[in-house]
Amino acid sequence: MAIITVDGLSIETEPGRNLLSVCLENDIYIPHLCFMEWLDPPHASCRLCYVEVEGKAGPVPSCTVSVASGMAVKTDTVEVRSLQRTALKFFLSAHKVECKVCPANRQCPLQEMAKFLKVPLKSKDLNPRLKEKDLEALQPCFEYYPNRCVLCGKCLHTCERVKGQSLLTFAGRGIDMTVSFYGGLPNEEISCEECAECAAVCPVKAILLVTG
Amino acid sequence: MSSPETIRQRFAEIAEKAGTEKAAAAGRTVPKIHIGMATCGIASGALETKAAFEEAVAAQGLEAEIHPVGCIGHCYAEPWVIIDYPESGFPPIFYHEVTPGKAKMLTKLFLAEGDPRFEHVYGATVENEMIPSVTEFPRFNKEKRLVMEKCGKIDPERIEEYIAEGGYGGFAQALEGSPDAVIDTIEDARLRGRGGAGFPTGRKWRLAREAQGEEKVVICNADEGDPGAYMDRTLLESNPHQALEGLAICAYAVGAQKAVFYVRAEYPLAVKIITQAIEQAKEAGLLGEKILGSDFSLEVEVFQGSGAFVCGEETALIRSMEGHRGMPIHRPPYPSEKGLGGKPTVINNVKTLATVPPIIEKGADWFKSIGTENSPGTAIFSVVGDVNHPGLVEIPTGVTLRSLIFEVCGGIAKKKKFKAVQIGGPSGGCLPEEFLDTPIDFDSLIQAGAMMGSGGMVVMDEDTCVADVSRFFLDFTQKESCGKCTFCRIGTHHLLEILERITEGEGKEGDAEQLELLSREIVKGSLCGLGRTAPNPVLTSLQYFKEDYDAHIHEKRCPGMMCRPLIAFYIDLEKCARGCDACVGVCPVDAVFTTRTRKKGIDQELCVKCGECVVACPPEYDAVKKVSPPHLAPVIERPPETRTESKKESS
Repeated sequence: MAIITVDGLSIETEPGRNLLSVCLENDIYIPHLCFMEWLDPPHASCRLCYVEVEGKAGPVPSCTVSVASGMAVKTDTVEVRSLQRTALKFFLSAHKVECKVCPANRQCPLQEMAKFLKVPLKSKDLNPRLKEKDLEALQPCFEYYPNRCVLCGKCLHTCERVKGQSLLTFAGRGIDMTVSFYGGLPNEEISCEECAECAAVCPVKAILLVTG
Repeated sequence: MSSPETIRQRFAEIAEKAGTEKAAAAGRTVPKIHIGMATCGIASGALETKAAFEEAVAAQGLEAEIHPVGCIGHCYAEPWVIIDYPESGFPPIFYHEVTPGKAKMLTKLFLAEGDPRFEHVYGATVENEMIPSVTEFPRFNKEKRLVMEKCGKIDPERIEEYIAEGGYGGFAQALEGSPDAVIDTIEDARLRGRGGAGFPTGRKWRLAREAQGEEKVVICNADEGDPGAYMDRTLLESNPHQALEGLAICAYAVGAQKAVFYVRAEYPLAVKIITQAIEQAKEAGLLGEKILGSDFSLEVEVFQGSGAFVCGEETALIRSMEGHRGMPIHRPPYPSEKGLGGKPTVINNVKTLATVPPIIEKGADWFKSIGTENSPGTAIFSVVGDVNHPGLVEIPTGVTLRSLIFEVCGGIAKKKKFKAVQIGGPSGGCLPEEFLDTPIDFDSLIQAGAMMGSGGMVVMDEDTCVADVSRFFLDFTQKESCGKCTFCRIGTHHLLEILERITEGEGKEGDAEQLELLSREIVKGSLCGLGRTAPNPVLTSLQYFKEDYDAHIHEKRCPGMMCRPLIAFYIDLEKCARGCDACVGVCPVDAVFTTRTRKKGIDQELCVKCGECVVACPPEYDAVKKVSPPHLAPVIERPPETRTESKKESS
């Protein structure tokens, strides 16, 4: 057993476990988007789950930290919050904020984090940068909304887990990056239509299954 | 079997063979023409020069040996040749900018008639009493070459020439001792990685040696991708064996059975030469199974990278070799623990590995006697931009920027004033004049806000806009961002957007502050080195050239007069020569018109600010002027008839 302190609270857990998981289980909220507990190494791309760990220089993403006994963690420092707010502002500047017509409305992590971090959904100081197309068809049976997508990679990793190899991939670079589809595998056991795990796991409903 | 004696003996046989050949070549009295034939030489016309020599030699019925060699780093002199003609009574002579015409002339007059044509001589390569020697120039005598020592002397396509110059001696020596002894020497030498970050090489090797795993891999990183940097390419093209020898020593030290050269596919000549070098080393028994009778075996292969800048980052490099998208992954675990295919992996830059053989051969104390205490050895820079003698330079660390720019590289071109120097490429910083006395080493440069980086150095004169330079580098990093993490993907885009706004004269109050704020967050928040260093050009230029940003934002003025929307060209009527038409023809948009006094004026509405008229105006008049902000240009009425005329012509 390892005992760590998070924001002064003492937590008993197994050594080697993922710090973000441990915090979330103990009702200590840390903003995050791309984290999937079973994924090793962690994707660590959203850069939201920053915390400060005593003895480490500067904030570190908590999803990349393994718990060790005696670890002292702070989740609510000025530097951590500042990084989280900036990251969220960046996300929102590349996100079409149309909550009313969005199927993720009220279950959207962006809304939740904006509320928690007190960040306005429409930023005043960053100009929005959206992609040209609002909607793309992903073969064979999905609709993809590039301007909703937060590129957390959950769909890719889930697909790889289910099918052994991901049928989805990141495409393009930099600000133009999107999620794209290779097309179905020949003779697959479960078709994409039956599976649709990628759509289910998407936190912002950027992938939707088209039925009928 | 694997006794040190066997290794020594086997290597002595190889070295002797190469030595005999060299002695035989030296004994021949026919003139030798050495031509620099790396990519840079070829781009400047070395192939044509070589063909011209061959043709002329044949036509004159002469006998001469044409010896293709690599690059010596003197870009300003390309294509260059050294003619070694002992019978003429002259020492070997260095000629610069040898066009095919000059080649034919030299063949006829020097090789056939014995006249070296003093007016074309750059200098003799050795000191003598007849002609001034190049060693009198700072470009030649301030340098200290360990890594580039053999570049430009040997034919990179022939392993014998490398061995004859002492090559692979370090490797043989390493094999005679234990792998730990090699790491001890490298640690003791305090060698730091030349790829940019300056991590202690010995420690990296030790970590990999001690890491768990039967199989280990070493990789030579030649994925050089900074704009204006070409050190790694030149080294591989000019002396591939030195890096290969370093890689083999590294593999022996960490216990790897496999080694890889990761070379970008855009370097076709380097790929060809290094592939050939590996084959030759294998044939010579210096690679492959049980090398030189020892128990050590090594397979080396070449992997061609697809040219993404981010793949220079070690985790992205490994991902791309595994067939994935070149995206970095979070470290730790570091590759030395878990790298290619999960195996412990050492990744070193070409320059780091090429520094290894001389250290093993001459010892750690010798290495530490060169350069500064904490960054011993040499630094290689590709110095480009507004200097008289651009090129590849190898200097001992601790030399000041001033000495490098003003002595070794001949100072600022066109008698302009120095403004700034960008060190370390897109990840580095932009330093002003106050920092010219900074010694060049890892720690001093980081302290100043720049970094050694991989060794790109852009020197800029007074006509440079640092805001525009920052915009250029951000445009690069923003495009090269893999898109994985938020700060780099979206953050660098916002930085670029603000910089574009500023350089287009649309800068707003608070833009400079916003730039700084976002930059600091991107440095802290990004996943890999690309994002964490991308804002450096912005941060340093904001720190040292804040007044330039302020001028753009508040006065709509570009002090370097580079940002087109913020400048205007006009013709000084006092200086303009009546009846001269030099500027009229070059204007692509017919903006230049003739005034009633038969002098010229520029139609500001039509002018696209290309600057061609400045170039065309004869220097004795020097009548075309540039101003910023544009409204400072005096208004010269365009006579209505010239307007219709030009419109008629253009339609």
